[in-house]
Amino acid sequence: MLLATAIIAVPVLVIVASLFGGFSPVWEHLLQTVLQDYVVNSLLLMLGVGTGTLVLGVTGAWLTAMCDFPGRRFFNWALLLPMAIPAYIIAYTYTGMLDYAGPVQSALRAAFGWGYGDYYFPAIRSLGGAVCMLSLVLYPYVYLLVRVAFREQSTAVLEASRSLGKGPWQTLFQVALPMARPALVAGMSLALMETLADYGTVAYFGVNAFTTGIFRTWYGLGELQTAAQLAAFLLLFVFSLFLLEHLSRRRLRFHHNSARQQPRRIQLRSWRALLACAVAGLILTAGFVLPALQLASWAIERWADTDLALFWQLIRSSFSLAAMAAVACLLIALLLGYGKRLHPGQLEQQSTRIAAMGYAVPGTVIAVGVLIPFAWLDNRIDGFMRSHFDYSTGLLLSGTVTALVFAYVVRFLSVSLQSVESGLARIRPSIDESARSLGLKPMAVLRRVHLPMLRGSLATALLLVFVDVLKELPTTLILRPFNFNTLAVRAHELASDERLADAALPALAIVVIGLLPVILMNRTAGSGEPSA
Amino acid sequence: MRFSRSVLCRAAAFVAATLIAPASLAADVVNVYSARQEALIKPILDRFTEESGIKVNLITGGGDALLTRLRSEGRNSPADILLTVDAGRLYRAREAGVLQPLHSDFLKKVVPAHLRDSQDYWYGLSVRARVIAYARDRIDPAQLGSYEDLTDPKWRNRLCVRSSSNIYNQSLMAGMIATEGADAAADWAQGLVVNFARPPQGGDRDQIKAVGAGQCDLALVNSYYYGAMLQAGGEEQAAAEKVALFFPNQDGRGTHINVSGAGITKAATNVEQAKALIEFLAGEEAQHWYAETNNEYPVREDIEPSERLRAWGEFKADSVDVTELGRLNAQAVMIMDRANWK
Repeated sequence: MLLATAIIAVPVLVIVASLFGGFSPVWEHLLQTVLQDYVVNSLLLMLGVGTGTLVLGVTGAWLTAMCDFPGRRFFNWALLLPMAIPAYIIAYTYTGMLDYAGPVQSALRAAFGWGYGDYYFPAIRSLGGAVCMLSLVLYPYVYLLVRVAFREQSTAVLEASRSLGKGPWQTLFQVALPMARPALVAGMSLALMETLADYGTVAYFGVNAFTTGIFRTWYGLGELQTAAQLAAFLLLFVFSLFLLEHLSRRRLRFHHNSARQQPRRIQLRSWRALLACAVAGLILTAGFVLPALQLASWAIERWADTDLALFWQLIRSSFSLAAMAAVACLLIALLLGYGKRLHPGQLEQQSTRIAAMGYAVPGTVIAVGVLIPFAWLDNRIDGFMRSHFDYSTGLLLSGTVTALVFAYVVRFLSVSLQSVESGLARIRPSIDESARSLGLKPMAVLRRVHLPMLRGSLATALLLVFVDVLKELPTTLILRPFNFNTLAVRAHELASDERLADAALPALAIVVIGLLPVILMNRTAGSGEPSA
Repeated sequence: MRFSRSVLCRAAAFVAATLIAPASLAADVVNVYSARQEALIKPILDRFTEESGIKVNLITGGGDALLTRLRSEGRNSPADILLTVDAGRLYRAREAGVLQPLHSDFLKKVVPAHLRDSQDYWYGLSVRARVIAYARDRIDPAQLGSYEDLTDPKWRNRLCVRSSSNIYNQSLMAGMIATEGADAAADWAQGLVVNFARPPQGGDRDQIKAVGAGQCDLALVNSYYYGAMLQAGGEEQAAAEKVALFFPNQDGRGTHINVSGAGITKAATNVEQAKALIEFLAGEEAQHWYAETNNEYPVREDIEPSERLRAWGEFKADSVDVTELGRLNAQAVMIMDRANWK
């Protein structure tokens, strides 16, 4: 287990190692001019997206997991949909709609005879706009994980709360939410790590976040070393946040000892039901329906120019990559998560954390962290073979799908690990003990006891990584083999050439393929109540 | 689900093929790392394959990311050609020692000296101009003159420019440093920022749209985005038609230009094929194609640009060596940082 951790941690360590490479004079320039701005903006972004995903995610989870109202079953899975839209794509669609030159403002001007500066309209391309966009596509992480946690809470605990005179709101804030803390923290940390790693949205909106600093330093100043050092500081920051959270909940336990019986839902009637529908509907509309409609209208506009054969090829490669990476991440997350449960030592704890940090770093930087050790290894092997056998092996792994899938594991392990761990945390240790005392080996406990109980969390892990890889761009771009394209690469290339309408079809395809596992998961999770 | 044996075998073969088999080693190929995205280069590469029978393998990506990949792959890199969309990246590639000189009498004859490396490490292939887009209905082009004039107080709150993180603005600034000196360039940046109508955001097309919609009167943009919008139809075309282009600094050093270009990697194993491809890209057909399809200017002076480009008028281009743009890029970024050009 430690070996697996160590291998996965290599790219992150390559980045951190840059700190020991000496500091260039560019640092002085950065400190004097722009760095403060980058840091402040990133912190504000985190604060905003943290609040946004918390409110949207918990609202959605509470409504669909703990209440009953007409349309609940639909919203139960539909609220996941925004996850399938890459953040920079939703940013493009909303800019298309709400920008000064867009249809909404143009219609307003035409209707009222206004000109530029005659009226107030919130600027979509701003820090606030970026917070809204990121919150809309990232809240599903919180929603998904917290919903599972809510469903797996026990009737007894919640009913105890109600019978002690707490209302449904008090039960939510004082019992259900605190008990769901591991899931809540897991979901929010995913959302925040992705926020920190985001470059597409902030760059398009002209918000100078920390990632802007990393790329400006690399591309503009030509200082890869300094850029890697900036990324290393980002990693240290995230690591210390994890540490803080870990320390603050050290003595807390989140499993319960009552029978595993799913809590009864609160029946919402008349205006309450309507309100619940309206709230869920609003989230869904803003996060999915509007942007998807915009994409669809662009895609239809350009349908005639579409090369379908090429398009199918893109779908195939995207799908197979995402599936491979999702399975790989899940297996490794199980290994690490379960290993931690068996040996809950500090070393295991922290090394797993480090291995899973790749999520907080922009994909391009992680890609460089993968590129360098792979190429180094390949060149070493080649050198050895040349000098001993007079035979050149060339690059064995660099530029292959293996390197790519490895990079995805480094980048997305955190996602699967968070869901697996928050699932494991809800299983009482006494279950392990009973199973062991009945003569089962650790692996058998995992297979025969934990896995069935974890089904919801495992499906969640698969789904999240699958969709993430589908959307993934920068790592794919730089590590892929020759002539190998994915939907995300295609969408990004067209969008970066400012051909948004042409980018719409591949973007829409990402959304549709992302839907498949969502639907599938709902099916396999049983006809009655999906547990995830 | 049950799998038949043949399905399993095929699956295993597929997995083996995708997971290990490294880059293509077939005989008549050339492997290209391209910072120019696929949609903008593949068609002409396919034409090359038709003409020569040489297969082109392609990876696209960011220029610096590709350069990093090239560097770390070292002597075993499969890449034969590095193709970039600005001279700065080629300059960096040469500095990093990953290119080798390509001696070609043909290329030296057709590519002007200031648009290629002085020691033949790389050659410019297409040219783009950074121009002023102005609102047809509100601005009399007689009011316009040079980049420097854009700092005039009369343009206060009337100018749209994208972020200085963008390479086009960086190379414009580098050109300014090269010809006017760092102090003048710094003053210019500060004067420009004061005149911004809004914080820098969006891409070049967004600046043109903002001029069309009346949010600002002038914008600094690349000529080919304007051309692409005119071809796009719908709202984009409508926005572009409200806007016209002005080529600045015609009485002085000329309008700022940058090139896309290519060089052969040091690790190249298909040098002959790579040379054939670069010469093809500087050939007549490809040069016309750059203009017709991408709205870029041909790098060759003996080739007429397309009809659409000619309609914008002839212009005098800055003759500063584009290598300088690469050399001064970092300094340009620092000046823009200090001027608070977001």
